[in-house]
Amino acid sequence: MPKWFLRAAVVCAVMFVLSPFVIANADYESTMGLVQKIFYYHMPSAWMFLVAGIVCGVASVRFLISGDPRHDRTAWAAAEMAVIFGVVTLVTGPLWARRAWGTYWVWDARTTSSLVQWMVAWAYLILRRYGGPGSDKLAAGLALFGVANVGFIYISVNYWRTIHPATTVVPKLPFTMGFPLWYCVASFTLLFVLLLKMRIRLEEQRATLDSLYLSLDEQH
Amino acid sequence: MTFDRVSVDDVSRHFGRRRAVSRVTFTVARGQILGLLGPNGAGKSTLLAMLGTLLRPTSGSIRFGALDVTTGSEALRALIGVLGHDLFLYPELTARENLTFFASLYGIADAPGVASGALERAALIDRADDLVSSFSRGMRQRVALERALIHQPRLVLLDEPFTGLDDASTAALVTRLKRLREEGAIVVLATHDLDLAEGLLDEAVFLRDGRMVHSMTRPDALRSTYRSVMTGQP
Amino acid sequence: MIRLAWLILRKDLTVEVRSGEIAYTTLFFAVTCVLVFAFALVREGRPPEDGAAGILWIAIAFAGNLALGRAFERERQAETLRALLLAPTPRPAVYLGKLLGIVVLLAGTEAILVPLIALLFQAQLLAHPFWLSAILAAGTIGFAAVGTLFAAMLVRARSRDVLLPVLLYPITVPVIIAGVRGTAALLQPQFEGDIVRFWFALLIAFDAVFVTLSLWTFESVMTD
Repeated sequence: MPKWFLRAAVVCAVMFVLSPFVIANADYESTMGLVQKIFYYHMPSAWMFLVAGIVCGVASVRFLISGDPRHDRTAWAAAEMAVIFGVVTLVTGPLWARRAWGTYWVWDARTTSSLVQWMVAWAYLILRRYGGPGSDKLAAGLALFGVANVGFIYISVNYWRTIHPATTVVPKLPFTMGFPLWYCVASFTLLFVLLLKMRIRLEEQRATLDSLYLSLDEQH
Repeated sequence: MTFDRVSVDDVSRHFGRRRAVSRVTFTVARGQILGLLGPNGAGKSTLLAMLGTLLRPTSGSIRFGALDVTTGSEALRALIGVLGHDLFLYPELTARENLTFFASLYGIADAPGVASGALERAALIDRADDLVSSFSRGMRQRVALERALIHQPRLVLLDEPFTGLDDASTAALVTRLKRLREEGAIVVLATHDLDLAEGLLDEAVFLRDGRMVHSMTRPDALRSTYRSVMTGQP
Repeated sequence: MIRLAWLILRKDLTVEVRSGEIAYTTLFFAVTCVLVFAFALVREGRPPEDGAAGILWIAIAFAGNLALGRAFERERQAETLRALLLAPTPRPAVYLGKLLGIVVLLAGTEAILVPLIALLFQAQLLAHPFWLSAILAAGTIGFAAVGTLFAAMLVRARSRDVLLPVLLYPITVPVIIAGVRGTAALLQPQFEGDIVRFWFALLIAFDAVFVTLSLWTFESVMTD
């Protein structure tokens, strides 16, 4: 691992340990009370989920064009990140919603679109795991389609939702973009980068191992 | 666009950790029949797939004349004919329909006429309008061979073509291959059948575990050479 | 290239007409699917309101998945897909030919499903035949465009039967939503033209984007 990794990991760990204190000291949001503080984890993980999806899409396109396995490794790692951060988002969201609005799930455009995109990321991982040889190109195709679909999914879910009388609609709440939020965003971003790097490294080492096996074969 | 020789230069292909073909080098020119000999799993089919532009080598290069196989694949494919292990025929179509379809696919004018000619050469004109699923193995092989050759390819690749053939069909195939050689085609043939190969091959390449362990020009005494090559060296 | 796509299409249709395997099994499966829904959802002889649109599209999605799997499985068995790839045909032509074959097959299935569902669920599906056909056509093309690419990609993969729906359904969510809501809008007593047009436009946009993307990536995902 590169030298900065260990230092960054320590920093990240410390930041997360301190984060409850930072959040506790944040402004108390009057309408929703204490529960609103889930938002400080929910929002950054949602952003990381989005970023992971973009990284996966871009890396997949580059892989399809050039065939360079490095892009494939990045895409695979990013897909895993998308699933992980997606799970955090999709769990913290309903927890918050239950307390704030009474139900776990509202079929609003953003939540539902996120769920669908998360399933695409999960499908990517299933394909890599069970698809056998050649599944790198296949998965890249899937990621490309997943990214191209973002607009369509959002629009279709949005209009699917609003034609019927709304049961509950998630209001767009104004939040002060204060220090606690940016602190958590920084923590999550650092975590994302570290995990991504670790995952890519794992694949790089597998590839090195494969080529060592192959060259060993050649010694005979 | 045409070519006079096919050069395989230090070609390897691996699938994950499994090395299917390892550093194979040979050249075959017009009017020659080259045999790929070796046990199952030696890499013969993989090598043929690479020659047929279906797989890319992971290292090394395959050249058709001066042209590398990874560029200009589409135009090259028009000059390659393949008779695979699985025959590539649609069982629900008749022999005539199969041949006409592939002839059209290869852009041959007057596809039905050419198909009829091919059926005559295969001595199957009276069964032309029967479904391929009703044919015996030998008959299917004959149709498949005609299918592979219908566009008069410069390079002909055959994967275990003698499997399951009776004596008459085998003799017919051998005659056909010799005629191809006279017409100036390049033929690469993977086979187990050493006795047949002996009279037929101009060059022989022995493969084991993906590696080229021996090669011969004008091979004779193939069986004993094969045995010593396959068991002698590590 | 169009010529070659047409050639492949004609070949597929000939094969299909001879054996009928995929057509009959797909059709039978779709009808069975609808019957299962009927048994599940019709209570005391009364079908659920607005159920017809959803059931129609679910039946199409399931039947389409089955048909795609079977169509490419057959190519795999005789390795004829390999033969097509060995020929000097541009890859997009192979894709296009296969796509059109699947669309024709699904269109035939839908022709049977629509009257059947209209009957069983007492829904006025045939009230606006032009718009219904338009929505069905656009949706089927979108579903088949993505499905053909994925099914072709999966031909050489392991676990291909179970992987196809795993990959296909999340990506075709917009098609299902647009198809169902568009069809449901046609079932309303008041014809809501704007809504129908909106969903139709979305489907057309989806088709354009994904057919193009599939044509572009087909070559890349089929070579090793």
